[in-house]
Amino acid sequence: MRYSWTLSKVRMKLALRSPAFIFFSLIFPLGFLFLYAGIFARGNVAVLTYLMGPVLSLTVMGSFWGLSLQLVTFREQGILRRFQLTPVGAGALLGSSIIANYFLVLPTVALEFLICHFVFHMQSFGNLAQVFVLVSVGAAAFSTFGLTVASVTNNTQETQVINNVIWFIFLFFSGATAPLTILPVWLQHAALFLPATYLVAGLQGAMLRTASMQQFLGDAFALIVGMVLAFEISRQLFRWEPDAKVPSRAKAWVLAVMVPFFLLGMWENAYGHRLKEIRQNFQSIDQSSQQAPSSHK
Amino acid sequence: MAPKRRCLESQRTESAQHGINIGPAVRQRIIWGSAIELGPMPASVIEVSNLEKAYGSVHALRGVSFAVAEGEVFGLLGPNGAGKTSTVEILEGLRKRDSGHVSVLGLDPQNGGDDFRQRVGAVLQSTALPDKISVSEALALFANFYKRRREPAELLKRFQLEEKRNALYSQLSGGQKQRLALALALVNDPELMFLDEPTAGLDPQARREIYSIIEELRGEKKTILLTTHYIEEADRLCDRVAVVDQGRVIAMGTPEELRRGSAGTTSIKVKLAHPADLGTLEGVSDVSEADGGYVLHSARPPQTIVALVKHLEGSGNELLGLEMASPTLEDAFIELTGRRLRD
Repeated sequence: MRYSWTLSKVRMKLALRSPAFIFFSLIFPLGFLFLYAGIFARGNVAVLTYLMGPVLSLTVMGSFWGLSLQLVTFREQGILRRFQLTPVGAGALLGSSIIANYFLVLPTVALEFLICHFVFHMQSFGNLAQVFVLVSVGAAAFSTFGLTVASVTNNTQETQVINNVIWFIFLFFSGATAPLTILPVWLQHAALFLPATYLVAGLQGAMLRTASMQQFLGDAFALIVGMVLAFEISRQLFRWEPDAKVPSRAKAWVLAVMVPFFLLGMWENAYGHRLKEIRQNFQSIDQSSQQAPSSHK
Repeated sequence: MAPKRRCLESQRTESAQHGINIGPAVRQRIIWGSAIELGPMPASVIEVSNLEKAYGSVHALRGVSFAVAEGEVFGLLGPNGAGKTSTVEILEGLRKRDSGHVSVLGLDPQNGGDDFRQRVGAVLQSTALPDKISVSEALALFANFYKRRREPAELLKRFQLEEKRNALYSQLSGGQKQRLALALALVNDPELMFLDEPTAGLDPQARREIYSIIEELRGEKKTILLTTHYIEEADRLCDRVAVVDQGRVIAMGTPEELRRGSAGTTSIKVKLAHPADLGTLEGVSDVSEADGGYVLHSARPPQTIVALVKHLEGSGNELLGLEMASPTLEDAFIELTGRRLRD
């Protein structure tokens, strides 16, 4: 743990010196906030509150992209090789990525809330405790999902291709961009197998205070279990050498990360009320936006 | 021309043939085919016996054996692809060996774990750090990994990096990066250091700076295993050298012993008025062009000179200058392998 914390502090410093990090971790999420608040919500605070779920999700899920590419780049450049000579193990290195990313995501999330309050006059921040837990667990979980991708890819090019595919699915089929309710019904049911869906729906529920404790705990638990599985798989498949290749069979272990979401998806499709809640939230906001197009002063 | 190599394969010591650890009981010199036992060896920090490693169909190591005593600077000298880096990376624990016995500080590097890593320092063939990390941050970071550590401020001063303490890694020159790599290798005040081609790619000035540092470490009786393909580096820095070629140790001893072992080869530098083909002269084992003239290596220098004079008279050429030099380590290498170190 000591090594992880030491490395985390250095990683945070390095990130803040990187223009790419500043753009993708600060400017990009704030861009989404202004897009959603200014154009989609058109200043309607109720709608903005609903859209904060996707905005926060996009901020949190950005970790997925950044950490996977960084790990592969460090391996390709031979940086990890130097660390292999030290007492630092794979677990500490991976842990430091997650910890550093978490402390870098929190200020962006806080800034988004401040902008919502002072610029768009949002007064209610929903169930802040649930928001905090889901943001925290979500940041850690999506970081480890990204590290898992890096553990099975062999170069940056391959990583970017796989990241693009997964990111596309997260972006468009979880409710993070287009509301889930406007997608075909079969896609809505398929979305219940995605980790991003539970993050988006969970944060929406927390912001609107419509999430039951059972649903909140279910979302958090699924993300935690997914994170733990992803971390252990990444640690087991970790490679220090630029020319080390992961065996093809080992790549199948990555699917184990999806197990908690597969089980949750099966349960939600069979017995759950998640889709119903998502539709209800959307309908209430849809009505609100028609009644009061703008409450922005 | 065929190498005048006294093949060592048929003259391995009994201990090496049977895969038994060759140190620390017996100190050996393996020169010109003879394994001479010199009595008890100081405590061995590194013991390697019959080390083998293959990468697919390429046999990088074919039974490498040597031992390194405490406080010794031991060199692995050989051309690119000889097996030096494979050997040292196995000793560092970065690569797995296929077979053979390896002991470093009494531990197997593959399974040594934290204890092993706390006690060794290394400079890799190419060290890379994140571009945006500063020199002082890198030293402080690595120092934090070890129970025993040197103060980063002391290392900055020692390696003349004080002015660059806040410079980012990407802003450093090649020589500065290598000095930082050495400083990082010393940050835990290790019992043993591995230096893999520490001056490769550096300009002469930077190389001399690194030599000074290594000579200081030698003065401190640090145990160092150094790999290089620069003969002058091995000659200057090492207490003992193992000449490695095609995955085997073909000679081992102090630089002086290796030079004396090739006493049959004298270097004759000649400058001629016109180009000439001197490879067929009597006694000549190697000819190369250098500084506008030729360097001949000969086992029978008087006969070679007589043959040279006759050749020049017969071809109407003129001798402008002649210089004879005592055998160098390069001469020893040429005699062992029949080729230059950088062919």
